[in-house]
Amino acid sequence: MKHSITVARYLLVEALRSGLPWLAAACVIAAMAVSGFLSRVAITEAAALQASTAAALLRACAVFLLTAHVVASVAREANDKGLELALALPISRPAYYLGKLIGYVCIGALLATLFAVPLLAWAKPADLAAWWISLATEAAVAAASALFFASALTQTVAAIAAAVGLYLLGRSIAAIQAIAGGPLAGDSAPAQIARWIGDALGLLLPRLDEVTRSDWLLYGAPAAGDCARALAELALYFVLLTAAGLFDFSRRNL
Amino acid sequence: MLWLLAAALGAQICWQAARRVGAPSAVDLPAAPSAQALRLASLGEPAALARLAMVWLQAFDSRGDNAIPYQRLDYRRLVAWLRAILATDPKSEYPLFAAARVYGENPDPAKVRLVLDFIYAEFPRDPNRRWPALAHAALLAKHRLNDLPLARRYASAIERLTTDPSIPLWARQMEIFILEDMDELEAAKIMLGGLLATGRIRDPQEQRFLEARLKEIERRLGEQTKGR
Repeated sequence: MKHSITVARYLLVEALRSGLPWLAAACVIAAMAVSGFLSRVAITEAAALQASTAAALLRACAVFLLTAHVVASVAREANDKGLELALALPISRPAYYLGKLIGYVCIGALLATLFAVPLLAWAKPADLAAWWISLATEAAVAAASALFFASALTQTVAAIAAAVGLYLLGRSIAAIQAIAGGPLAGDSAPAQIARWIGDALGLLLPRLDEVTRSDWLLYGAPAAGDCARALAELALYFVLLTAAGLFDFSRRNL
Repeated sequence: MLWLLAAALGAQICWQAARRVGAPSAVDLPAAPSAQALRLASLGEPAALARLAMVWLQAFDSRGDNAIPYQRLDYRRLVAWLRAILATDPKSEYPLFAAARVYGENPDPAKVRLVLDFIYAEFPRDPNRRWPALAHAALLAKHRLNDLPLARRYASAIERLTTDPSIPLWARQMEIFILEDMDELEAAKIMLGGLLATGRIRDPQEQRFLEARLKEIERRLGEQTKGR
């Protein structure tokens, strides 16, 4: 565990010294500017529009920044042969992988904190706290997914595409299942196949549409029990992605 | 290479400057998607998408060169969009506010009826939140359509279906308000004054919009009086 903490600490230092803090600050400024501009043309619910748009943009930025950072970091380490050097030291593969994951999860939590602060202007602290914890958990899942794909796939673009694709599917699977199962879809064979595929994907994907919603900031966060259940589902998916990553990393021939 | 870069940048700037960018015209309003399609597009953020969709929608046919705003808009498509956006975030008051205060203020009675039917159909789903739109619809039915039975039907629906005790008395007794012999300006002033007094209008943009609407009614009635 001591080795994992050391790896995590160096990852944090690397992230803080990279362009990530500046990019994060730029995302906050851009999200506030865009949402502020759009709220000026609204004829009603201007504050709600600004809060919901800013929250949605910041959520997307947090996940994208973290995914890109994780994949780029792993790719740079592979190119610089840093991985081989690290594994030559007395550290086990699982400990090294977990150390990287802990580091990226901490970076995700810092991003979530930075992005939650400006939303205090519109949201109640209790609702914002639920949103913040949910974003930190969602960022952890994004980090685990990005680390898994970056380790498993050798191409940077493929890893980013896979991680972003998994995230977007996770956010839209509920709507896809609703459309596939709706009365307008019909009962033909292709419609049945679409329904089965939608249901199968639903079993394998996290329900990201139920967490970190901007309407929590407008209408209040859900009850503690519902929040805990949604976050527990994400935590389970985080464990699944971590196990997959550990399995792949442990058996890889380096 | 530097010349190529400068030439390409100059060409880009000139090309974009030569394009006329204005508000989209009425014919550009596409057919409305289903509420499920909007929910899919929202990627789990229906509240944000619903409001952004309303900002996008209100730009159609609102150009300054239009003699009457929204006069060329296909109101059936418009109502379909409003219905889909409202279904995406049922707690948002934006679609019904725009329906009552913007699209309902059209001189074409057939278009006004389409919008009022939409407001009346959506009202029972959440009466305690949606009563302001139906109250204004009652006003429009009386003063624009001169349809007193329709106005009374709307006013009676507010009285029957609302249960929130914080709803002002004048709204729950709107049928009396409709039957009173007062003109549109007086009725609008009382309604707006009542909404402001109860603190119902907290959004500064909404307040500015409604005050501008009152001034417009005053100007129009002033012109009618001079014409007589």
